[in-house]
Parts: sequence; structure tokens; C-alpha cells
Amino acid sequence: MTTPLIEARDVRVTFDIRRASDLPWHTPPQLRAVNGVSFKLEQGKTLGIVGESGCGKSTLARALIRMLPAEGEVIWEGKTDLLKLSPRQMLKYRSDIQMIFQDPLASLDPRMTVGEIIAEPLRTHRPKMGRAARKEKVREVMEKVGLLPNQINRYPHEFSGGQCQRIGIARALVVEPKLLICDEPVSALDVSIQAQVIALLEDLRRDLGLTIVFIAHDLSVVRHVCDEVMVLYLGQMMEAGATEKLFTEPQHPYTQALLSAVPIPDPEVERNKVLIALEGDLPSPLNPPSGCPLRTRCPRATDICATKPPTAQIAGRQVFCHHPGPAPEVQAVLAES
Amino acid sequence: MALLDVKDLNVRFATPEGEIHAVNGVSFALEKGEALGIVGESGSGKSQLSFSILGLLAANGRASGSVKFDGREILNLPEAELNKIRAERIAMVFQDPMTALNPYMRISDQMAEVLMLHKRLSKRDAVAEAAHMLDLVKIPDAKNRVRLFPHEFSGGMRQRVMIAMALLCKPDVLIADEPTTALDVTVQAQIMDLLGELRRELGMATVLITHDLGVVAGFCERAIVMYGGQVMEQSPVDPLFAQPTHPYTRGLLGALPRLDAEVAMTPIRGNPPNMTGAPKGCPFCPRCDFAEEICAQDMPALTQFTEGRARACHRSIETIEEAAA
Repeated sequence: MTTPLIEARDVRVTFDIRRASDLPWHTPPQLRAVNGVSFKLEQGKTLGIVGESGCGKSTLARALIRMLPAEGEVIWEGKTDLLKLSPRQMLKYRSDIQMIFQDPLASLDPRMTVGEIIAEPLRTHRPKMGRAARKEKVREVMEKVGLLPNQINRYPHEFSGGQCQRIGIARALVVEPKLLICDEPVSALDVSIQAQVIALLEDLRRDLGLTIVFIAHDLSVVRHVCDEVMVLYLGQMMEAGATEKLFTEPQHPYTQALLSAVPIPDPEVERNKVLIALEGDLPSPLNPPSGCPLRTRCPRATDICATKPPTAQIAGRQVFCHHPGPAPEVQAVLAES
Repeated sequence: MALLDVKDLNVRFATPEGEIHAVNGVSFALEKGEALGIVGESGSGKSQLSFSILGLLAANGRASGSVKFDGREILNLPEAELNKIRAERIAMVFQDPMTALNPYMRISDQMAEVLMLHKRLSKRDAVAEAAHMLDLVKIPDAKNRVRLFPHEFSGGMRQRVMIAMALLCKPDVLIADEPTTALDVTVQAQIMDLLGELRRELGMATVLITHDLGVVAGFCERAIVMYGGQVMEQSPVDPLFAQPTHPYTRGLLGALPRLDAEVAMTPIRGNPPNMTGAPKGCPFCPRCDFAEEICAQDMPALTQFTEGRARACHRSIETIEEAAA
């Protein structure tokens, strides 16, 4: 087996929730935004991280690149633990890991031209690069992402959402990263433009051998883009494995509920669909349920779920559940037909 | 006679950069109890269309054309007249429940206000009715929670409150403008389920405005596809998804990833249209694979080609289907 490009081991992110009324000696309540997440990602593969809002998917991404303090280990190329490095040592790795963001316009400085925006990472990470070489590099990457050379002196507000996302991608790629972290890269875009950006990302992945961490809440897009998927709920892993398997034969009740809720653009399919509903609302992450975090809403919950956190059952993939298996609701419908 | 009959509706906004033609000559009819979807991407005019019907356009907006509700012209009625129709006959649910609800008012007060104004109920009766309505939209412990403020509810619960508020006067038409766009998928599924149930129980016609074709497939009986402020195609949902006849509808469906199958996502090339100035020709023309010279000159009329289905395209259905095959 080859060494994974990046491996996360038991990553945890905790926030102190300090309220205005707290006195200095009070210990603030702690919110575990990411709670013991592990994965391995090989060179050239795409990992999807999915879950509903508040599940910790963006926090996890930010922890990987140390935009947030985290515990655990993030092993880069089998040798270096990124979480143990000093900020100075980390700088060397920053150009290897780049990120693109959800809101394409908000992530670009409105007072810089497209050329300046794309060149900025070069100024930081390749300070010895000459002016001409830098300009050439910017031109090259602009062409790669489908921007026209005459757009180099324009400002972000002159572009549509899809084009702004292209600028964001160009800025990330100009330093030739090995890993690209995409945080909801297409969720702010219209359907027709979304497909353009996805196609671009796929071309780039193929041509440049990029490894991608793809964070999204749109499961249809994830199925299309990713080789592997991890499902998060309240900061914990529910199920993880190869995309095709996980989408066609989900074993975890949460994955099943999530998949059944996705609307399918086909009236026939929609009419015959079985919705696997989760009861109630998301519990407060400040006070998560004991044992398995899903148990308060899970149709299969029993006593053991309240006392013991489930450990991964490995059958080609990881399922964090005491009662894994195909959904009984779906089985019943299959039996009838 | 249709319950809501929209004819040649135009919406324009005066801006320093020029006049924005947000909606251009849109016509459609809504029957009693029908579930109609209006689908389009951002800037297609789908929201402004619904705002203009209820007289909710921004100050620089002007609507022209005709909107007949129950046989009576309601477009550009004076505010006092509109207030008798809003909430009572035609109600609306907005995209973002946090900004649509008043953060300073208890849910009970916001909801009671509607009933006291429209139904002349006493405050006590109005609050009791409000609690009953919250119960109907499946908010647990409605009797006590009616006293809460909007921020004390989760996003999904807030949207339920909005729906309950819209249904207080048992309207004939409910216009839901992207009601689930701000919500997670599992919550979205619950809310769409609830809306469908309520529609069948109360027999109200529902207009669902959305960009999500999946939601339309699950909820609507008929749909209108809009692009650049104009209607591209209008059809019952089954044939619309099975045999789309307009290049834009085809493009949209082709660009969509599907959860239940491994399909290629084929992007539509180009960028969304600029809506400033009077439209010339078909708005989709610059991005259309089937465009001919005439497409840039003339907007094709929306023409019925079979029972219940209409399309606005110069190219024939056969040409488009041949190219696909």
C-alpha cells in the first residue's frame, strides 16, 4: 500500500464558549465541533466530507490547515505531523495545501485586480520569483481555469459568481499545491454554472494529479465527484468508505436518512420514494447525547447506544453504529413489490 | 375559470445603470387546488413575478399587464384593497424565516396580529387559534411554544412557524418562495412533506418558486421553466422531466448531478444573461447549442404543441431530439 498523502488520526477541535456573564475563573463550557475524526487520503483521490450544517465539516477542513487549533495528528506524506509544527515550519507546507471557499465574491479582495489576487500566493510562497516570471505564471494558470488574458486587470465585482470561483481556483493553483481543500465550492452557484465549475475541478484533478478534500452538503454532487466519502454528524464520523458502495448500500441509519431526503429530479422516482425520517431536531452540540450522538433521533436506538459510543465496524468501510444494516423501511417496500 | 390568471406580466426596475427588465410578458394560469412550480436560476425573474402579484415590489419596481384573481383584476391595486387579499386569500412563505419574522415580537403576537386584523378575533381567541395552527404544522408542545421568540426556534421550526402564519386565514393560494433553500436536506424533506399534506387537506392551490428541480419533481403537478424573465417551457411535470422540449430545460436537466445514478454532468456553456435594457431575441440564445440567426432577433412566442404543454423556441422539437439521439 502506498503512503497516504494526508492522514488524519483522531482529530479533535474544541471551542470554549465564553459568555459575557462568565467570571474570569469560571471554566467555560466546551463545544466539541470535531470529535475524533480519522481518515487516510491517497495521492490523486478525492474525499468528500458531507453532513448537515453544524456537523463540523468546515471546522475539520480548517483544522487540517491549522486555521484553527486542533488536537490529534495530521500526518503529511507519511512523515510530518502538521499539528506539531511551529507556524514558521508550517509555512513550508502551506503552499502544498490550498483552499477554495464557498462564497466566491467574498473570498476575493474587492480592491485588488484579478492579476494581483492570483499573484499574491506567489509573492508569499515564491518570494525569489521575478516579476516577469510571476506574470507568466499568472497568465498560464488563468488560461488553465478558463479566464481570458484580457481580464487580468479587472476587479472581482465585474465578474459573475461562476467566474469569481474560477479566480479563487486560479489563486489556489498558482503555487502548484498537492492538496486542494474545497469548502462548499459550488453551493452558491446556479445549476448551469455549478456543472461548469465541477467539470473544471475534474479536469484539473486529472491533468495535475491533484488530491482533493471536497466539503459539501449536496450529496448528488458528492456522488459525482468523490472517490471516498465521510459522513459526519455532530462532529463525529457516522460512516465512511468508497462512494459507490456507501451510496448504494448505506449501512448507517443516519446515512440512510440523509440519502432518502435528497430530492431526485424525476417525478416517478419521487412518488415512490420512502422517506426515512429522523425524529426531532439536532441536539445542542454543547450538550451532545451520551454514547452515540444520533441515538436521540435514531429509529434503531437501544439501551447500549446511550452507554457506549459505537466503534467502527469494518466491512470494507467504517460504520459507527451498534445496529448497522440496510434500512428496514426500504427492505419492506422491496419485499412488497 | 382559473383561480389566478396572469396575462402578459412585465416587471421593470429603474436603476442608475438603466432599466432592468426582470419579467417579460409572462402568462400562466393556476387552477384551484393545483400545485404549480416556477423553476429558474437566479435572475430568471421567478421571485419578482410572485412579488408583483402581491404588490410587494421594491419602490423602484413597476409591474404592468394583468393578474386576475377569482375573476378580479388585482395587479397594482391600492394598498388598502391589496391588504384584504394578502394573507386572507393569497398568502406567502418566504425563503429566510429569520428575516421574515419580527425578532422583537413573540410568535403569539405576530400570529395573533394577522387574525385580529383580518378576522376581527379577540386577542385571546387569536392566540388560541395560533397555537392550534402551530400544532397543525407539527410543532411539538405548541401551546407553550407559541409564547417564544423567533430566535428560540431552529431554522426548520422557524419555517414551520412561517407556514403556520401563512395558513392562519385559510388562503386559497399559497405562494412559497424558495421555502427550503436555507434548510438542510433532512429538514427540507420534512417541510416539503408538510406542505404537500397541508395542500391536500386544505385544498389550497400552491405556487412553489424554486431553483431545485428535484423539489419540483416531488411536489408539483405542473411546472413553468423561466430564463431571463421569460417562460421557456410549461408542462405537467412527468413529460417535462421525461421529454423536455426546450434546449434550456434539456440543458438544466443535463447539468444536474443525480443521487440515484451515475450520470455525466454536462454544463451549459456561458454566463447568465444581463437583464439591463429591453430584451432582444431569446434570452437563452447566447448559450444555446441550437441557436440560429432568428433567435438573436425575435423572442419566440410560447406556443402550445400538445394538450397542456407549451414551449417558446424557434427550433422544432424534432431537430432538438435528433441532435440528442
